[in-house]
Amino acid sequence: MRLPCPICGERDRREFYYQGHAGLLDRPTRDADPQAWVDHVHFRDNPAGETRDLWHHEAGCGAWIVVTRNTVTHEVSGAVLAEKSK
Amino acid sequence: MVKLIAQTACAGLLPKTIGSVTVTEVDAGQVTLIAPHKGQQKAVSAALKTSVGVGFPAPNRSVGTGPRTVWCGKEQALLIGAPCPSLAGAACVDHSDAWAIVQIDGADTVAVLARLTPIDLRANVFKRGHTARTLIGHMTGGITRLGAQSFEVMVMRSMAETLVHDLTQAAENIAARAQNAG
Repeated sequence: MRLPCPICGERDRREFYYQGHAGLLDRPTRDADPQAWVDHVHFRDNPAGETRDLWHHEAGCGAWIVVTRNTVTHEVSGAVLAEKSK
Repeated sequence: MVKLIAQTACAGLLPKTIGSVTVTEVDAGQVTLIAPHKGQQKAVSAALKTSVGVGFPAPNRSVGTGPRTVWCGKEQALLIGAPCPSLAGAACVDHSDAWAIVQIDGADTVAVLARLTPIDLRANVFKRGHTARTLIGHMTGGITRLGAQSFEVMVMRSMAETLVHDLTQAAENIAARAQNAG
């Protein structure tokens, strides 16, 4: 499996650390409804199809990236820097 | 006064010649990590160019051969072989003696490195002046192409012995295969 780092280009999966769904970037506000925090911390969708994940290019440039992949076909269709993903 | 003896990272370990490959230590001299502040990269590059003669490198590139700058991470580069000038728009950290840097030359260099790193080292992809932050065995480090059959590999100094061990083992494997084939 190879991931397209926006800085380094296509690299081996061993260089990356997997964090979780990119929804982790959408942190609720401090005074948000407790249910919003429960959803943010504990609940994830389990999509059949396209999903976006956070990866850290740990053994490379050190960037956090958001990778778009398909859970059905395993196709990796792109990646952007997490700081530019919103 | 105690007289301290300065030792390079690979003192007593290198140089080595195994098969067609020669591994030698690079004494880098002064090394400084330069991390420009947000939006300051162009100004820092211009200041570097004026005082040292080489600018701040683009991602995955190195610039210069005497004093040189080598990209080493997102918005970071190492200035090697020259004192760091005063740079207003950047964080500068002294990395002298922090890195173990070795040069590998010879016909089988790519084959040896290919045993240790997952990146594509072919000459049409990874050209002279290209550098990469990647894995070398189990270590994170940097690989830079210096010439057709010449590379520089750097890891943190504490891993110098592991680096030499891994390179030696890979080179011995390649040399043994060449011998058996012949």
